Amino acid sequence: MQTTNDLKQLCTQVRRDILRMVHAVSSGHPGGSLGCVEYLVALYNGVMNHNAQNFAMDGKNEDLFFLSNGHISPVFYSVLARSGYFEINELATFRKLNSRLQGHPTTHEGLPGVRIASGSLGQGLSVAIGAALAKKLNNDKGIIYTLHGDGELQEGQIWEAAMYASANKVDNLIATVDYNGRQIDGDVENVLSLGNLKLKFEAFGFTVIENHEGNSIEKVIEYFNLAKQQLGRGKPVIILMKTEMGQGVDFMMGTHKWHGSAPNDEQLQKALAQLPVTLGDY
Amino acid sequence: MKKYTYTEKKDTRSGFGAGLSELGKTNPNVVALCADLTGSLKMDAFQKDHPERFFQIGIAEANMMGIAAGLTIGGKIPFTGTFANFSTGRVYDQIRQSIAYSDKNVKIAASHAGLTLGEDGATHQILEDIGLMKMLPNMVVINPCDYNQTKAATLAVAKHHGPVYLRFGRPSVPNFTDANQNFEIGKAVVLNEGSDITIIATGHLVWKAIEAAEKLSEKGISVDLINIHTIKPLDNEAILKSVARTKCVVTAEEHQRNGGLGDSVAQLLSQHLPTPQEFVAVNDSFGESGTPDQLMTKYKLDTINIIEAAEKVIKRK
Repeated sequence: MQTTNDLKQLCTQVRRDILRMVHAVSSGHPGGSLGCVEYLVALYNGVMNHNAQNFAMDGKNEDLFFLSNGHISPVFYSVLARSGYFEINELATFRKLNSRLQGHPTTHEGLPGVRIASGSLGQGLSVAIGAALAKKLNNDKGIIYTLHGDGELQEGQIWEAAMYASANKVDNLIATVDYNGRQIDGDVENVLSLGNLKLKFEAFGFTVIENHEGNSIEKVIEYFNLAKQQLGRGKPVIILMKTEMGQGVDFMMGTHKWHGSAPNDEQLQKALAQLPVTLGDY
Repeated sequence: MKKYTYTEKKDTRSGFGAGLSELGKTNPNVVALCADLTGSLKMDAFQKDHPERFFQIGIAEANMMGIAAGLTIGGKIPFTGTFANFSTGRVYDQIRQSIAYSDKNVKIAASHAGLTLGEDGATHQILEDIGLMKMLPNMVVINPCDYNQTKAATLAVAKHHGPVYLRFGRPSVPNFTDANQNFEIGKAVVLNEGSDITIIATGHLVWKAIEAAEKLSEKGISVDLINIHTIKPLDNEAILKSVARTKCVVTAEEHQRNGGLGDSVAQLLSQHLPTPQEFVAVNDSFGESGTPDQLMTKYKLDTINIIEAAEKVIKRK
C-alpha cells in the first residue's frame, strides 16, 4: 500500500516524465498533462481495481479508464508505465516513428492500458457508457472512469451522451472534468463560456461533485471516494475538478500558452529544477 | 443466359431484420442499438424478444457509434441501426476514431441507402456512403442485392471480427437468391458465364443487371454477370478472371460514380488489366423527391441504362 507521500513522489516523477517526453520531440501537450497528474496517479494507484501485469481489452471484473481528452497522452503514458503496463524506458519513444506511444492514444499499436483511440474530442463519454452498459449486461461490478477536458465540453456529442446516461441510469460510471478553464485559444470563458457547469450537469440528471483542489492528491482521493459512494443509485456521477494547467512549473501556470507547446532546452532545465528526481528518470 | 425467377418482391431491410432476429436467438453477445428508427430498420422483433440487449439511443447518432464501440470492449457484438445517411456522413469521425482506428467489432447497419428511399428527397438519399466507408482502413463494406442475401449477410457479419458497413434499402425488390445461401464476405457471385462483356452490379442494381443481361442475350450478346455484394474487400480474382475473357466491363450501382463500386473496379483494372469500362451510377449529382422507379429512371440507373452502357463499351473494345 502506497502512502500519500509515496504518491506525491510519484506525481513529481510523472511531471518530470511529461516535460522530458514533450521536450524530446518538441511537441505534445504539457499544460493539461501537468494539471491532471494527481488525478491519474490516484486513479491508477489505489482508486481503481485494475490488472497492469496482464492487460486484457475486456478488463473483466476490473475498473476501466477512458481518456477522452487524448491530447494529455504524456501524463497517461507516464502513469501507465509507472503502474506496470509497460517498461518506463518506452516513454522515450513518445511521438517518434514506429512507437506504440502515438501523439494521441490508440489501441492500434497494441499499447497495454489503452482501450480506445482518442484525440478527436467529445467521443470518450459515449464509449465509456457503452463499456458501462456491457458491464451491466455481464453482471460485472467494475466501475468505469472517464476524464474530459473542460474545453471538450463544447462538443455536442458530450451532451448527447450525458442525456443518455441519466435517462438510462448509467450509475456505474464516474466522469471527471478537468476544469482548468483554459483551451488552445485562451480562457474557456472567453472562447465559449460553459456557463454554470454544475447546474448544467445537474439539469442533465447527474450527481455532481465539486473538487476545488484537483492538484491535491489527498483531495482527489477523497472526492473519488465520495463519488464511489454515489454509484448504484440510478444516476451517473461527475466530478468537476478544478486544476491548474501547467501545475508544478511556475512559468507554465496561470496561462493557456503551454496547452500544446513543448519547452526548449533552457525552459526544460528551469522546469526540472523545480521538480527533483524522486523515482528515477526513464 | 441462365434464367432467374422470383416468387415475391421484398425489401432488403426486412432481410436485415430477419437476420438480426435470428442472431438474437443464436448469439447472446449480439446487441442492437437504434437511433429512433426501429420500425424503419425492422429491428422491432429483436427489440421485443431481447429488450435487455436492445438500446434505444434517441436521435443521437454520434453517441450511438461511441456506445457501440464501448459495448465491444465488454465482448458484445453491436449492430447500430439508422438510415445510411445518418450511419456514415453524420458520424464519420466517430466511426473513424472510435470504431475503425480503434479496431472495434461494430456492425453498422444502414438502411434507406440511395435514391430508392424516394419521396423524402436528397437530404436523406445518401449516394456517397460506400465511398466514405471504403476509404476507412479496417472497414468491410457490404451491399447485398435482395432480402435473402441481406439476411445471409447479416448472419455472416456477426461471425466476422472487425468493423463492417452493411448497406441495404427501403423498396421491395425481386427476392431471387437462395434462402439458404452461404454468404462469404469478399466473394463475388457469378450469376451467368458469358464471353462478350462483364457486367458487375451491386445492391438494387443486381436485378436490373439480370434484366439487362437477358435483353442483351436476346440480341446475341453473351454476358458474364457478377453480383458484387462485398465492395471491400473486393474479389479481385473473380473480376480479373472475367474481364480477361470479355475484355470490357460495365459497373452498376445506386451510388455516386465517384467513390463507388465502379471506382474500385477501375482502380483494379488500371493496375492489372486496363480495360474499357462504362459506369452506371449517379454522376456527381444530388437526388430529389419522387417515387423510387421515377428516380431510377431520371438518374439513369435503370435496366435500359445498363443495356446502353453495355452496347457502348463493347464498341470500345
